[in-house]
Amino acid sequence: MLASPSLLEIDNLTLTFGGVKALRGVGFSVKPDSITSVIGPNGAGKTSVFNTISGFYRPNTGSITFAGQSLDGMAPPKRAALGLARSFQNIALFRGMTVLDNIKLGRHCHLKTGPLQALFYTPAARREENELRREIEERIIDFLEIDHIRNAPVSALSYGLQKRVELARALAMKPKLLLLDEPVAGMNREETEDMARFILEVRREWGVTVLMVEHDMGMVMDLSDHVVVLNFGQVIAEGKPSEVQANPEVIKAYLGSGNIQALRARFQQAAQAAQAGKARQASEHGVPA
Amino acid sequence: MTIDWWLLFEISLAGLGTGGLYALTGLAFVMIYKATRVVNLAIGEMLMISAYIFFSFSAGMGLPIWLAIPGALLVSGAFGALVERTIIRPMLGESPISSFMVTVGLSSILVGLVELIWTADQQRLPEFLPSKPIQIGEAFVSPKIFYGFWTAVLLIALVLLVFRYWRGGVALRATASDQAAAYSMGINVPRVFSLAWVAAAMIAGVAGIVVGSIGGISSAMGAFGLSVLVVVIFGGLDSVLGALVGGIAVGLIEALTGFYLGGEYKILATFSLLVLILLIRPYGLFGTHEIERL
Repeated sequence: MLASPSLLEIDNLTLTFGGVKALRGVGFSVKPDSITSVIGPNGAGKTSVFNTISGFYRPNTGSITFAGQSLDGMAPPKRAALGLARSFQNIALFRGMTVLDNIKLGRHCHLKTGPLQALFYTPAARREENELRREIEERIIDFLEIDHIRNAPVSALSYGLQKRVELARALAMKPKLLLLDEPVAGMNREETEDMARFILEVRREWGVTVLMVEHDMGMVMDLSDHVVVLNFGQVIAEGKPSEVQANPEVIKAYLGSGNIQALRARFQQAAQAAQAGKARQASEHGVPA
Repeated sequence: MTIDWWLLFEISLAGLGTGGLYALTGLAFVMIYKATRVVNLAIGEMLMISAYIFFSFSAGMGLPIWLAIPGALLVSGAFGALVERTIIRPMLGESPISSFMVTVGLSSILVGLVELIWTADQQRLPEFLPSKPIQIGEAFVSPKIFYGFWTAVLLIALVLLVFRYWRGGVALRATASDQAAAYSMGINVPRVFSLAWVAAAMIAGVAGIVVGSIGGISSAMGAFGLSVLVVVIFGGLDSVLGALVGGIAVGLIEALTGFYLGGEYKILATFSLLVLILLIRPYGLFGTHEIERL
């Protein structure tokens, strides 16, 4: 068998909860250095796919291969050590800790200091701590523009900032693949544009591949290289954003049936709005669009 | 009526001594609750088991004290791991009441086990603490209580430091805060569960050895755990600070009522405090508001 050129390969995934078939034979792949989006109506199985990739759910059948290694039956912490990081649909930060502590926890699986070394703060422990601190401060905190809140408790932050801290924590895990579950859900326009910019930069500057679930069609169409559409636990279409937009199956899934023209217009409107937003932002920053 | 201040001071010192041990055991309780959300009613009996293991090692097998104490603590730790793996882990995902009831069962199993192996008679632990009375001004403190208190203080400080600065402690706090996120962050959550139970069993073990050497050991020793329950409810089930403050407070209240009203009012005072705190602040002094009520 040839080595697969994709970073993540999902094959024939089935998942049932009692009598409910959450996933029925889902399969798609994520190419290295791409931004791939999974879209679909509520209850289509998007988050189930994510939770199966993270290892929270064990699929009934099917397999997942990540960077040429099978993930089947592997516990979540091991998957994290391989370079799989994620964010959650509902923010899952560690409340009661500061922003910096939350981000540092992302590196947990790569650290080695033992309890006695930590207690006496041996040179090895100190070196590890300093390295971690420098990298987080120079790369992650500056990059995500959260320098001013680094010592704030996360529960005091706005929703948009909390999402950004979650992204920072995921980046601290040194991921190869970043799973983002609705990164801009509930955000206002400005926060959404910031997040879109960060996602693009994560791919460009960090070389991290992104797989996201998102409902904001403008953002999905604007950012993605590849879009996978789920409905009732099945992949009903996939391809470039423009191909998916024009696919009658997809339009039917979103609208039920009926006026295809109207929905197509809505899709296009969303894409244009995103385009306009980007242009506006570029002009604000003094960069030609 | 004039107050004899030295006498009051002396009684308070004794209360502080017991309070330190309450705080220590309360810390063990909170550690388990924070990490695994299990209300462990068997904490008093776990403490008792450790005292008996120490008794077997020192009086039974004649090991020297410096070997018997670490030996007993190691066995206690292993026992904690065993309980977590075989009894608590299978209860994962069950309702909090179910795991709570399992620990009630565990406590009576442990009492039965002790009575089967060591009989229900009261035993004395070998003397290993210095027996010279400690005098502070005009107040006298029993040496056992004095050294017991400082053991508790040192151990609490050590545990707090390790869990503050070691990444395993950070992992424990992260797990307490959000299990799914901790899991996806590469934190081995099952191992954190084990860690919490092993550490708690060993901390309770130290308290057991000290409590046993102060008042002797018996199969009814687990009743100490009842006061600890009041301590942690008073302080808040998930608050380390609460366990420390609550331990000292309950220790002082017990000592003062014991002296001024008579020994039979001790427990009455402790549980009146419990009723009071449940009426005013059901989540405890420093506990998180949204604690699930049992």
